[in-house]
Amino acid sequence: MIKEALIPKIGVVTDIRRDTPDVKTFRVVGTDGKKLFEHLPGQCAMVSVPGVGESMFSITSSPTNEEYMEFSIKKCGCVTEVIHSIDVGQQITVRGPYGRNFPVEEDFKGKDLLFIAGGIGLAPLRSVINYVRHYRNNYGKVVVVYGARSADDLVDIEEIRNEWMNEKNFEVYLTIDRPQEGWNGHVGFVPAYVKEIGLDPHMTAILCGPPIMIKFTLQGLLELGFTKTNVYTTLELRMKCGVGKCGRCNVGSKYVCKDGPVFRMDEIDELPDEY
Amino acid sequence: MNKTEEQIVKRAAELLDNKEVDKVIGWKKGEFCFDPSPAAFTSSDELKDFVYNDFCGANLSKYLVNECKSGGKIAVFLKPCDTYSFNELVKEHRVNKEKVKVIGVECHGKLDIEKIKSKGIAAVTGAEESGGKVAVTSLYGNAELDKNEVLLDKCLTCKGKKFAVADEIIVLNEMEETKNDRFSGVEALEKMSEEERFAFWKAELSKCIRCNACRNVCPACTCNKCVFDNNASGVATKAPADTFEEQMFHIIRAFHVAGRCTDCGECSRVCPQHIPLHLLNRKFIKDINRLYGEFQAGETDEGKNPLIEYRESDAEPSSAVNGEVRHA
Amino acid sequence: MLKFKIDKLNELFDTISAETPLAMPLEKAGEADYGRYEKGAKPALGVLKTVKSPKDLFFPQSETLMKFKTEGKNLAVEAPDENVTPFVLFGVKACDYKAFEVLDRVFLADPVDTYYQSKRNAATIVTLACSKPEESCFCKVFGIDAAAPLGDVTTWMDETYLYWQANTNKGESLTEKVRALAEEGGEDAVAKQQKATREIIDKLPFSHLDLSYFKENGTKEIFDRPEWKELSEACLACGTCTFVCPTCQCFDIREFRSAKNEVIRYRCWDSCMYSDFTQMAGGNNRTTQMQRYRQRFMHKLVYYPENNGGLFSCVGCGRCVNKCPQKLNIVKVAKALGGKKHD
Repeated sequence: MIKEALIPKIGVVTDIRRDTPDVKTFRVVGTDGKKLFEHLPGQCAMVSVPGVGESMFSITSSPTNEEYMEFSIKKCGCVTEVIHSIDVGQQITVRGPYGRNFPVEEDFKGKDLLFIAGGIGLAPLRSVINYVRHYRNNYGKVVVVYGARSADDLVDIEEIRNEWMNEKNFEVYLTIDRPQEGWNGHVGFVPAYVKEIGLDPHMTAILCGPPIMIKFTLQGLLELGFTKTNVYTTLELRMKCGVGKCGRCNVGSKYVCKDGPVFRMDEIDELPDEY
Repeated sequence: MNKTEEQIVKRAAELLDNKEVDKVIGWKKGEFCFDPSPAAFTSSDELKDFVYNDFCGANLSKYLVNECKSGGKIAVFLKPCDTYSFNELVKEHRVNKEKVKVIGVECHGKLDIEKIKSKGIAAVTGAEESGGKVAVTSLYGNAELDKNEVLLDKCLTCKGKKFAVADEIIVLNEMEETKNDRFSGVEALEKMSEEERFAFWKAELSKCIRCNACRNVCPACTCNKCVFDNNASGVATKAPADTFEEQMFHIIRAFHVAGRCTDCGECSRVCPQHIPLHLLNRKFIKDINRLYGEFQAGETDEGKNPLIEYRESDAEPSSAVNGEVRHA
Repeated sequence: MLKFKIDKLNELFDTISAETPLAMPLEKAGEADYGRYEKGAKPALGVLKTVKSPKDLFFPQSETLMKFKTEGKNLAVEAPDENVTPFVLFGVKACDYKAFEVLDRVFLADPVDTYYQSKRNAATIVTLACSKPEESCFCKVFGIDAAAPLGDVTTWMDETYLYWQANTNKGESLTEKVRALAEEGGEDAVAKQQKATREIIDKLPFSHLDLSYFKENGTKEIFDRPEWKELSEACLACGTCTFVCPTCQCFDIREFRSAKNEVIRYRCWDSCMYSDFTQMAGGNNRTTQMQRYRQRFMHKLVYYPENNGGLFSCVGCGRCVNKCPQKLNIVKVAKALGGKKHD
């Protein structure tokens, strides 16, 4: 077989967890039972069940997990609908890792970190958060602000409650958009909540969520005194090849598949307004 | 500037200056005389770039589908043949005629720069028609060609000087009556043996690069989402799966516009491979005429077109082949 | 330098194709496009511009990437053979040859696209100098000399001879196979033709198109120009310009179930003019034709050069100038944004 970037590896789904009504997390290993490939936090992979096409997903699991990879996938189109219909034991195709990771070693080390996520936006951040937890001593204080439409739409809530909330020097703030029976926590949108919490603007912020959340949260952070060079986010555009050739995920001269998906806010400012 | 163009620009300026319309759809000067592009003009200042010459072959009626979505009144310049497309778009509720002022403009047949170049003339810098001759200038020398040899294909089977619809017209020089022999090409195909005909279409259609220009220019193709673009349809494709797969695309398209196609000829005009797509449409028109009675789509903006309802007395598919005529 | 009598050309093509597949401009139903030469085919060497460029030979409009065999929950991947039979690509014009360099920088950049690479390496390219350029040509703008194209072999043609000059080892070994049909000489005839061609090129209306605006201004300045709206107004959103373009390289990857237990994944040319080009399940970052139209020219004149040391992703072949149904094109864009109108 030729060595070609577009040719995927075969993975086996060994576990499927329903996180929310429309998000499932898929655990994947190679046909030999080992991890398919190594990656860095924030990187992505092309996943498919042949027949309907591939889609790019962020690798949700931490690189420090030596046994398997996980993908949290929201059902929202043809490809994800088929992925949601598969059972444990199904073989799928995976190729990657693609893209630029979060600078966990270069820029995040020694810093206090603020993670802000909305809905399925937690997926790419989960790999960074768990990486940071794994190398806990390398990083300062960690604050996670996570919101979703409802309590049922919070992804990975068990891990958040059972593990993250018990970490030292680690604060987790959860919020949902509208009041709901049985929910005693905060109610309100993420951008507003971020302003209420009283955050130290010297933290490095990492944002992921729907564009409208990013837009207003960023505005709020800047008002609080954060600088764009300390705020990171990810972009999501249509991709086909994943290696900077098919020509559809570019914003300006940058290809989200290889120059992103992770961008610093001041880098995004340099891009034409088309994302 | 020719006299007709002068009149058109004058009228367009009046309409814009008097605020009778908010926008004028016409043609804009290119780099040469032979490359004008359709354009919208919103003020009389912009009209300095307006052009109406022998190379304004484009049918502007389809642009109204989008233009009508925004507010305001629009004036559009349509040649006689283009007015049929306008009526058909009105009939299909794609264009709101209340918003549009149709100004019919005189036409004596439009020229095809590709045909001029195919006469072996390269580096063309200009071309001007007068008295049935076209004087062409080029960096390699000048030439004089017969106008009939370099008319757009669609003009060789001109529908005539009648405007199917027009709120006003600008005609300074009387247009010629043309003899419309538009079915001769279809008849030639009908006379071929099945094998010959298959070979003809195989050679033509396998040139298709699936650029969709024929579909996108077609005033009868106004679906919001074409079945060939809709991934959920299961037949969406962007490329020919094999060299002759294209028969399906073009034949399905011809079926879809049958009874509604006014024979404006834009499909063949825009094809980068010069596939005579109009012959498919004309075959349908010819058969419809025979099986359901003479019909010209776009003659009016009311009434029913053939093939849009089922009657028990309809012609059987076999009768199209066998040549029986069973009127509804 | 060697020369072949014009009436011996079919013999030349028969000799080459007897040993190696030969691709060249052929006439088919009235149009010229690159195709596989077989005895009796109609070479179209006199045609200045084939409808499609020869990029098809390395980056076909549609090509199978791999097959999947499915059996219950199990999957197997079958990749196509990487061995491509060496072939000769004859008649490539200077602009189209330069376009290979533009494509190489995309497909051969890390990670290498082996589908492209295997075909690219298998080709011996014989170029053909232009002798009668036309008004839509503007290769000179990109520093291309249409009278002296590169390639493994360069050829020139006049009414009596095809002149032949090998440039590389690959070219030399092809020359050995056809030497028996040739005579020596031709330098003077070639020099004379080159001079005449260059003189005409200098006079072509677009030969002095000024693209400095796109080098001297930032992405955002160009991106935000209000003229884009007017420039794109007549665009039909068809893919003609992208499909006839020798440097357009965007593709889609699609798949279909070809049998109960087989899925074919293929790639095909795609066009940034199409409304679904950037459509995702969750949104679309280019919803208007103006945005799509702008993307095409920004890619060619700004984004690609930014990533490739200033090299434009246009070679001035002029196909889009000739083929756009509504006569929109890169020259009009360049002039509207960055220069004065030609009179």
